[in-house]
Amino acid sequence: MSPRAFWSPFWAGIGLGLALFLTFVLTGHGLGASGFFTRLTADLGQWVAPELTSNNRYLGDYLSTGSPLQAWITWEIVGAFVGALVAALSSHRFRPQIERGPSSGVTSRVLMALLGGILTGLGARLARGCTSGLGLSGGAALAVGGFVFLICFFVAGFAFSLIVRRFWQ
Amino acid sequence: MSWPLYDSGIASGLLAGFLFGFVLENAGFGSPRKLTGQFRLEDWSVFKVMFTAVIVAAALLWLSKLLGLMPQGSYYVPTPFYAAMAVGGLLIGAGFAIGGYCPGTSVAGLAGGRVDALVFMFGMIVGTVLFSAWFGPLESLYLAAQGPKAQTLMDLTRIPEWLILIVLAAIAWGGFKLGSNLEKKFGGPYKASDLYGEKR
Repeated sequence: MSPRAFWSPFWAGIGLGLALFLTFVLTGHGLGASGFFTRLTADLGQWVAPELTSNNRYLGDYLSTGSPLQAWITWEIVGAFVGALVAALSSHRFRPQIERGPSSGVTSRVLMALLGGILTGLGARLARGCTSGLGLSGGAALAVGGFVFLICFFVAGFAFSLIVRRFWQ
Repeated sequence: MSWPLYDSGIASGLLAGFLFGFVLENAGFGSPRKLTGQFRLEDWSVFKVMFTAVIVAAALLWLSKLLGLMPQGSYYVPTPFYAAMAVGGLLIGAGFAIGGYCPGTSVAGLAGGRVDALVFMFGMIVGTVLFSAWFGPLESLYLAAQGPKAQTLMDLTRIPEWLILIVLAAIAWGGFKLGSNLEKKFGGPYKASDLYGEKR
C-alpha cells in the first residue's frame, strides 16, 4: 500500500494549535514530553540503583511521591504514542526500520541517534523543558522563556546541521 | 463554568496526548529525515507547523481571557531562567540536528516503527542521568539569570497582547513565504511518497 500524503504544514499547525489550546483548557498547562523521560529515568534508577537515585539531589525529588511515573504526563505520552500509531497505521506509513539518510550506514545512524539523545536529555533538564513543553507550550503562553529557548534551538540546529548534513542527504 | 478545568486525570492525559501524537505523525514529524530537513532548509514544516500552532493557541488563549472565560493568570507560564534555557535550547537544537528527533517527535517516530527513535530515547535517559550526576556543578548555571516570575512578552516589551499576536503572525507569514521559496530552490519538502518507498 502506498503511504497517504502528510497534512499540509498549515493545517497540521492549526490542528496542533487546537490540540494545544484544548490541553490548556482541560489542564491549565500545555503539552510536554521530556518530563516523562525524566520520570522514566527516576523510575529505572529506583530499580537499578535505588540508594544512588534517592540520594541524588535532582532525581530524588521525583521519588518523594512514590512512583515517579504516576503523573499526568505519563498518560499524555501513552496517548501520544497511541495517537501516532493510529495515524501511521491508518495512513499506511508504519514501517519497522532504522530511518537514515541515503549515505548513512546503520552504525553511524545509531551512534548519532544515541549522541543526539544524550545532548537532548541533558538540554531538556537544563532548560526545564523541551521543544514541546517549553518551546510550543511556553510559546503559546507568550512566555519570554519559551522564545529564548526557541531562538537558541533554531540557531544550534542550523549550526550543527552544517556539520552532520552529509549523513542525512 | 470557568476555564481551565485543572483536570490532570488519566482521561485528559490520554485525550491530549492522542491528539498530539495523531497530529505529529500526520504532519510527518515521525520522520527524522523530514525533521532535520528544516535545518538543511529543504523542508520548512517544523517552522511552519510550530509557528502556526503557537499563534492559534496563543490567539485562542487571548480570546478566552477577553471573553471572560479564562481568568488572567489562570494557566501556567514558565519563569525564564535565561542562561539555562538558552544553553538547554542550544543543546536540544544540536541534539535534534544530530539525532533527528526531539523528545515529543521521538514518540511519534517510534510509533511509526523506527528503531532509531528508541535509541534516541535511550540516549535521553543517559543524558538525564548525566545531568543528575552533574547537578552539583551545573546548579549555578541552572539557577543563573532568573527573570521575573511567569514573565511574558507583554511584561518584557510593554506591548499589548493583541499587537504581539499580530507581530508574531507577520513574522510567521514572512517565514512561510521565505520557507516555501527555499523549499522550491532545494527540491523540498519531503513528501510521504519520498520517505516511504517500498524499497530503498
